[in-house]
Amino acid sequence: MPDPSFVFAQSLSGLTAAMFLFLIASGLSLIFGVLRVLNFAHGTFYMLGAYCAFQLVQWIGPGPGTFWMAALGAALAVAALGGVVERFLFRYLYGKEELYQLLFTYALVLILSDVAKIFWGTQQKSVSRPPGLSGAFSLFGATIPYYNLFILLLGPSIALAFWFVLQRTRAGRFVRAAALDRETLGALGVNVNGLYTGVFVLASFLGGLGGALVTPVRTIVPGMDTEIIVEAFIVVVIGGLGSFWGTFLGALIYGQVLSFGILFFPRFSIFSVFALMAAVLIIRPWGLLGRPLK
Amino acid sequence: MKRVPWALLVLVAAFLVPAAGSRFYTFLANDMVIWALFATSLNLLVGYTGLVSFGHAAYFGIGAYTTGILMKKVGVTFLVAFPAAGLVAGLFALLFGFFCVRLTKIYFAMLTLAFAQIVWAICFKWNEVTGGEQGMPEIPYPDFDWLERVATVLPFVGGYRTSEYFYFLTLVLVALCFWVLRRIVASPFGRMLTTIRENPERAEFIGVNVRRYELAAFALAGGFAGLAGGLFGIFNRGVFPDFAYWTKSAEVLIMTLLGGMSTFYGPAVGALVLLWLNQQIVSVTEYWPLILGGILVILLFVFPGGLAGALGAVWHRLTRRPARA
Repeated sequence: MPDPSFVFAQSLSGLTAAMFLFLIASGLSLIFGVLRVLNFAHGTFYMLGAYCAFQLVQWIGPGPGTFWMAALGAALAVAALGGVVERFLFRYLYGKEELYQLLFTYALVLILSDVAKIFWGTQQKSVSRPPGLSGAFSLFGATIPYYNLFILLLGPSIALAFWFVLQRTRAGRFVRAAALDRETLGALGVNVNGLYTGVFVLASFLGGLGGALVTPVRTIVPGMDTEIIVEAFIVVVIGGLGSFWGTFLGALIYGQVLSFGILFFPRFSIFSVFALMAAVLIIRPWGLLGRPLK
Repeated sequence: MKRVPWALLVLVAAFLVPAAGSRFYTFLANDMVIWALFATSLNLLVGYTGLVSFGHAAYFGIGAYTTGILMKKVGVTFLVAFPAAGLVAGLFALLFGFFCVRLTKIYFAMLTLAFAQIVWAICFKWNEVTGGEQGMPEIPYPDFDWLERVATVLPFVGGYRTSEYFYFLTLVLVALCFWVLRRIVASPFGRMLTTIRENPERAEFIGVNVRRYELAAFALAGGFAGLAGGLFGIFNRGVFPDFAYWTKSAEVLIMTLLGGMSTFYGPAVGALVLLWLNQQIVSVTEYWPLILGGILVILLFVFPGGLAGALGAVWHRLTRRPARA
């Protein structure tokens, strides 16, 4: 039996990974819930967020607040990209076959990841932790970096902010309505096109932010987009496509299964998450907290 | 216009490729032929039955590993290893498909993806059997010595390199598979698949067991993909886990779309064109994915019917009779 402080440390690392994943998967879930499309390019937005953050850190130079400005800037840049893509390209595929929409998002993956390669090459890049949050503290015998603590607190904060916006604001109500019945909402005089663009922009912002915030913890490499998108898929499937708290729950479960899988069955840890995804789809396709699609 | 046997002409032309002498062209043609089979097998699912699978590479990978393991580790002859690839892949497709066809649309696609990633994960990690991350390099070619003996009687058969013999073998086997697939698609079973694609509910109403047909299509598609994988493992001189990774599934899906999902030979044409384009572009720039993405976008917005659709539209335009005044 491994000692408790190690178990605790593993669990925490699973939680941290889960919060990152939640940040990214929430955008994916949002796009699916409202636009009914599985956006393969979401992982690439995440990667672009990371690269942009790196670039901004280079441009701004060292100093207090550099990291935060870079992260925000990167998220905004990616959000803008998302808006442009939706407004000028993706919009014309609504109503066409789902396969075409899916393949379009995959085409974006191909194009954008190569664009990233053109600008930043294939060498690994990294960003150092913001000076305010470097260092670590000790809890129950485990060493916890302050940055991880920040992420652990940020995840639920964003979840709550999201929940608040969706449930308690007018815009949120429109978003929920658009997810249920787009046509009627349009008939009621709401600018559904603009709403869709807005949702896409917000989701891309979250994806880009996730990418930017992960840079002190993971190296930035090509291929991080195809890797993360599959993880995000697993999370939204487990939690329930389109369900917001489902995504949160799915991320938590994923993080724990992965970190304890690595601990107890190191060779089967990747297998276990895919098996979990398949199991959920077989037993309860709409996920733990989702609603069955018509 | 008289019915020109295009497929036969292409097959004959394909046989003549090694005569051009270049190892490179034979290599490229071999690649194209195998992928043509892979894409056509997927089209049985996507184009004919209307089931969009994002995990078809799983069966390709299973076929490749089956042949690879049988020929390299167990020492079995190709005569057994090749059909085994199709059989094992088909059985896995039957197993996975059983669960997949109970779902629709996006859930179906996600489950096919999940199963494909499970296959990938197993191939990636099961070092003892699959070679793990390194894969299995140096799969032996089938034994072609007997052809040299045949060559004493039929001189034109002899004198080729092993890779060229394998190319001829691939051509024969793939042509056979195409013939079988063509028969399947034109049969009542195949017609029922298109009926299901058009309107599954109505098919249920007229008493068709939709799920059983879909499962059959799934298993057949997986089996033929496995055969393609078995050939590819040998052709590629090695079997690797990325054969089953989801991006491979996306590649073959793009080929199917490029060629045109609504015709039988569309995906094969798509495979040929895409591999040829890849070859041309890669010699000029390393940014092939960028170009491919661009082509895909153009396809989706302008030619959703693929090349076959576009050609068909052009043909209609040209042969349309002018209306009488």
